[in-house]
Amino acid sequence: MSAHAEHPGLAVQRWTRTSIASTLGVGALIGLLALVPVALSASVTDRLTTLYVYVILAAMWNALAGYAGLVSVGQQAFFGLGGYFAIKLSTNGVGVYPSLVLAGLLAGAISIPISPFMLRLRGGEFAIGMWVVAEVCHLYVNGDRSLVAGATGTSFTGLNAYNTTDRRDYNYWLTLTIAVLLLGALFALLRSRLGAALQAIRDDEDAARSVGVRALWAKGVVFVLAAVGCGAAGALWLASFPTFQPASNFGVQWTAYMIFMALVGGLGTFEGPIIGAIVFFVIQDQWGDQGVWYLVGLGGAAILFALLVPRGVWGTVEERFGIRLLPVGYWLRKVTAHGRPGTEPA
Amino acid sequence: MNWLDQVIQGILLGGYYAILASGLALLFGVMRVINLAHGDLAILGAFLALVLTDHGVDVWVSLAVVLPVMAAGGGLLYLGVLERSLRSGVLVPLLSTFGLAIVIENLLFEKFGADQRSFFSSIGTLAYSSWQVTSQITIGKLDVIILCTAIGVLGGLQIFLSRTSLGRAMRATAEDPDTAELVGVNSRAVYAMATALALATAALAGVFLGMRQTFDPYAGQAQLIFAFEAVVIGGMTLWGTLVGGIVLGIAQTVGNQMVAEGWLKDVWGGAGAGHVVFLVVLAGRLIYGALEERGGVRTVLGRA
Repeated sequence: MSAHAEHPGLAVQRWTRTSIASTLGVGALIGLLALVPVALSASVTDRLTTLYVYVILAAMWNALAGYAGLVSVGQQAFFGLGGYFAIKLSTNGVGVYPSLVLAGLLAGAISIPISPFMLRLRGGEFAIGMWVVAEVCHLYVNGDRSLVAGATGTSFTGLNAYNTTDRRDYNYWLTLTIAVLLLGALFALLRSRLGAALQAIRDDEDAARSVGVRALWAKGVVFVLAAVGCGAAGALWLASFPTFQPASNFGVQWTAYMIFMALVGGLGTFEGPIIGAIVFFVIQDQWGDQGVWYLVGLGGAAILFALLVPRGVWGTVEERFGIRLLPVGYWLRKVTAHGRPGTEPA
Repeated sequence: MNWLDQVIQGILLGGYYAILASGLALLFGVMRVINLAHGDLAILGAFLALVLTDHGVDVWVSLAVVLPVMAAGGGLLYLGVLERSLRSGVLVPLLSTFGLAIVIENLLFEKFGADQRSFFSSIGTLAYSSWQVTSQITIGKLDVIILCTAIGVLGGLQIFLSRTSLGRAMRATAEDPDTAELVGVNSRAVYAMATALALATAALAGVFLGMRQTFDPYAGQAQLIFAFEAVVIGGMTLWGTLVGGIVLGIAQTVGNQMVAEGWLKDVWGGAGAGHVVFLVVLAGRLIYGALEERGGVRTVLGRA
């Protein structure tokens, strides 16, 4: 970076000592998490698998809203399609685990022809436009007569080929691997030129275009990544909860969960959605059986966070303490007379 | 002549969609906000009327209570939620109104359960009485009342916006809130008033929905989508909601007819046909816009 030369007294820095340590820590943590099925109980393995699906969903929705400024209330389209494709593939002779992986990619492929139309919509138009897309996908899948009895749904029976223990462990490792790959891809994306372009678009699309940012392309990449992620989550969900019902797998509550996780954790921060997913997982675990009141609470919390804590838990922590664990942005540091960097986040 | 009948029924259905969509269009026009709780607020209005009719109040009389209550609720909604949301950028109003939608529908479910409700018993013979035009075409009296009300609501809103000082202040604020403030318009009051009007029209639509068909606590999701489709098809203007509502209504009734005659797989009937027409209009609008950016249709064709 040449910023130092142009502006004496300032230095641009991406890695801080904390962020180097924490990135190494993340690597070690992933290694440890891979050992969970061997080391810990079956119930912990199952619950962590569910948590990873939530992490994927939260991170993907945050990629759309927090980085590309796209509020979608139709991500259940891809979640539902992921499950649908997984069943379709596995009943047509593709192996269970390959079909889980391919399903996410197919959901992403569907998003490619949709993106040039939807991404030209702004704000609320995009939000509800995506909801209509989700409804059309839902109606289409609902009308697929080869899926047993349409609305009553069908079961992901291919999994029965594996015994319960193997299935649990394979599900866990596959979900962990896909979650790490998706978050890694997002991390790489945000650190590339595209990441800077996205944040410029989110802050002011017209201004970004006027300085030559290819807005449609940048948003399109995130849109497709989010579709792959939500599709993969929908397929992986089926591996743990094998009943596929179009009305529930294409339900708008999935988007409500994503919004809750991203908002509570911290919109536009990399770490926030992971925290949001953990919070959501604990709430689901503790109060999920409260049915309606639990949903009222989620909606209410979303309103309160949107109004009062728009930066979410992690955004607030980052702001107050100036911590950044995983460096997706840059720090602008004042080089003081002693040559020691100060702490001025950019 | 079955097809003609379906087109006529579609036009009549458009009246309901126009009332439903007018509030959504008004808020978008004045504040650039798309209220994701709009459909659920319409259903909330219907349930408020239901509480009154369960206590023996006539459903038409109940409107005299429900509409002012919902309008007052709209004012509070602006001051309590939307005002703060608008200050925080373009994403936050979407997030907060979506949260509100989830809260409203689940509270309604908690209070009223999953049963299908309607005002059929409250409106007596109006539920089914109709004029027989030809042997194939019947026109429901209720549908005509709703269409006339829609024209009345849109006309009333237009007169309000063009002839009253508050209406003119609303248009000025929609154009440029800062300049409007400079010439003495209280934009806060204007926005609160617009939200109040939007909620009153939403509640009116909700009550009409309950006269036409059954509804339940989660019916609002579909109503939001229909309202939005009508607004977009109609071109985001007040009278456009009537055009959009009618196009949407015809798409839905004709779609159902096509399914009934075995022309289409059932997935594209009813709501599905409406969604498809909406997406086609949207795609057309976007393609046209993209062509305009490159200098219009003629230039692009000339180059090729």
